[in-house]
Amino acid sequence: MASVLRADNLSKSFGPIEVLSGVSLDLKTGEVHAVIGENGAGKSTLMRILSGHLQPTSGVMHLNDKPTAFASPVEAEREGIVLVHQEILLAPDLTVAQNLFLGRELRRFGFVDDEAMRERTRTVLAELGTAIDPDVEIRHLSIADRQLVQIARALLVPHKIVAFDEPTAVLTPVEAESLFDIVRRLSQQGVAVLYISHRLNEVKAIADRVTVLRDGRLVATREIESLEPIEMARLMVGRDMSKLYPEKPDTASADTIMTVRHMTVPDYVDNVSFTLRRGEILGFGGLIGAGRTELFEGLVGLRRAKGTITLDDRDVYFRDARHAMASGIVYLSEDRKGKGLLLQQDLRTNLTLATLERFTRGPFINVAAEDAALDAAIGDFDIRTRRRDLLAGQLSGGNQQKLLLAKMMLAKPRIVIIDEPTRGVDIGTKEQIYRFIASLAEQGCSVIVISSEMQELIGLCHRVLVMRNGRIAGELAQADLSEDAIVFLATGVHEERAAEIAAGHA
Amino acid sequence: MTDTLLRTAAAKRMFNPDMRALSPFIALIVLAILGAVINPDFLTASNILNVVTRSAFIAIIAVGATFVISGGGLDLSVGSMAALVAGFTILTLNNGGAEISTLMLGALVAIGLGAACGLANGVIVTFGRIEPFIVTLGTMGIFRSLIIWLAAGGTITMRNADLRELYRPVYFGSIAGIPVPIVVFLAVAAIGAVILYKTAFGRHVIALGSNEDVARYSGVPIWRVRTLTYIIQGICVGIAVLVYVPRLGSATPTTGLLWELQAITAVVIGGTALRGGIGRIWGTVVGAIILELVANIMVLSNFVSEFLVGAVQGAIIIIAMLVQRSLQRGR
Repeated sequence: MASVLRADNLSKSFGPIEVLSGVSLDLKTGEVHAVIGENGAGKSTLMRILSGHLQPTSGVMHLNDKPTAFASPVEAEREGIVLVHQEILLAPDLTVAQNLFLGRELRRFGFVDDEAMRERTRTVLAELGTAIDPDVEIRHLSIADRQLVQIARALLVPHKIVAFDEPTAVLTPVEAESLFDIVRRLSQQGVAVLYISHRLNEVKAIADRVTVLRDGRLVATREIESLEPIEMARLMVGRDMSKLYPEKPDTASADTIMTVRHMTVPDYVDNVSFTLRRGEILGFGGLIGAGRTELFEGLVGLRRAKGTITLDDRDVYFRDARHAMASGIVYLSEDRKGKGLLLQQDLRTNLTLATLERFTRGPFINVAAEDAALDAAIGDFDIRTRRRDLLAGQLSGGNQQKLLLAKMMLAKPRIVIIDEPTRGVDIGTKEQIYRFIASLAEQGCSVIVISSEMQELIGLCHRVLVMRNGRIAGELAQADLSEDAIVFLATGVHEERAAEIAAGHA
Repeated sequence: MTDTLLRTAAAKRMFNPDMRALSPFIALIVLAILGAVINPDFLTASNILNVVTRSAFIAIIAVGATFVISGGGLDLSVGSMAALVAGFTILTLNNGGAEISTLMLGALVAIGLGAACGLANGVIVTFGRIEPFIVTLGTMGIFRSLIIWLAAGGTITMRNADLRELYRPVYFGSIAGIPVPIVVFLAVAAIGAVILYKTAFGRHVIALGSNEDVARYSGVPIWRVRTLTYIIQGICVGIAVLVYVPRLGSATPTTGLLWELQAITAVVIGGTALRGGIGRIWGTVVGAIILELVANIMVLSNFVSEFLVGAVQGAIIIIAMLVQRSLQRGR
């Protein structure tokens, strides 16, 4: 097959730090080419160079065998190279059609031609296999639909190469499946697809070839036939990854530490009851929007909620997160950047923010004690930082998550609620986080894990509750844990269909 | 490799100081040199002390505004609040004899009323969940018309000449050669800096301005912290009024007019982020002095009519923002 884009020996340095060194990539027409690697391996940098967002420090690119350089993403787009960003970059108050044509509005007699844009939007979305209303405002759409709109926006320009940056990070398996259909359709049309992902199973399912990066260097480019996910993981991390999940500690005791009854969060959660045992790792599965996050935000006082919480045989009610923390319950938000860490502040400030009263001497903050705590946290949680005075926003996703964990553990909690513990986190860090969760249970903590990754729930939890539409759809004991069972409870789709979906995804 | 990275990064930092924090100080030095070149009288001790004394009211109010703004809020009502507090304080003084105790009562009223006005702003912002811009726009109107009503459209004047004489040193006196207003203003700034930089409350203010959600999820008592920033602003207004009253001995419907804009200008010139999350007390102090310095230089020089002081100050805030923006991009 002809190669449409070839990159030879690309390197990129930011100041003294080389983030990409001598990476070559050969992209053929009609292939789905996955790029995998841990966070910080250089995937995003490579992708941004190929799409003109960054200029390489050295190395050349060939487009259809002609040397090429892009000064800006606009130039790359003109050559038919488009990037679908990981973050949703849409204006929430504009409609779908307005967003699709933002900055390139169709005009008629100098005025915007809404009718034409609406029609064109409808066509493009139909090609993607969806019937989103072009007139609905973005903020009314689900995350999956927003993702689709974003893809539609990227595909609106004539394209020969489409790069997806972790497109399934926010999607449920069923939604991801329809994205894969889009990817396959693109490649059948002869479009070359670059596909960045953390999820190795889906890479196996849709990629033709895989390029593995580690520490900014090219490790290997392989045909998919000869490559199993476990081998991909080994190449990414550079060691054997057969045991991603630790042994489940045999710590779930019979005594109940917390009972939640009739918990209702208006518009999100409807009459949920469950119990949590001492030393137990309890999973909460379900689709995005099933009300899991809202249930626990309501529980710890971050949202208006009503219901009964019994902790150690006493009825309690939490006014706010501070109050819940005082009772030994911490909640780690899934939205690390928006609700977990102050990205513009340094690591020390972030680490002690939730427990600042422990770091005071008289009326003043004891900076020496804070520094000592930061040293301890960097060691205990293996937070990899070039400098201690970095801002939290400058850490990689995995290290941010470790910092957030360290911050909340300073509160010495008995019950830890972790929402999507490994979202946007590389596989090496995932393993560390899993081991940490297991060790928490070993120390007698109870852990609640909210996750959309079914493998994670299966590999980690003693027991899993699955939510659907704000209610608990069912409970799975350790012996009954399987993807099929979770999908069935989460979607309510009968088993044969669920198996099909799961099979398509696995 | 990590080691060398650490070292080069540290070295680089040493030669690459935070320009955003330093720029107001550099601007101050440049202005001082400019002033000296234009008029030799500029650098005399009496002129410098005069300039700093005149900047004291705005500087004291702006220290409070630094708390509100770095916590992600805004207070437009400080000018009207100053007028109202001044009016009430004078009325209180007029009710007593020419004794120190009367002055103490007046001080109590000024600071208490300032704190109460701040509390009102804070409570409406936090519990009413209304934009601080709107809330303080509202209270700005309320405070202003209250003083007009109180003065029946005229002037509230200190009537007791003996008490005026007793009160006079608070503006015109000096301690060890330094005018009292400057002493007060440095003390307020020093206390403000300690609170903002050294206490848990100060850290919480910055966290709140940085990202309210993160603060809330971290268990920071955001309502209390936010309300307290407005109370601190109110207390600062009260202190500023105490220094201001002996200067003219009266309060009128135009007292404190546009002070809120000058205070916000001082804060922003000083490097505090208007969106919150960065607070610079000493920058604010320098910002307030710069504003007064510009007016002074314009009076001493013949280039520009001093009637255009407002225009020049307006231009300064825009230039300050442009400089900060370009410094940010360069980093």
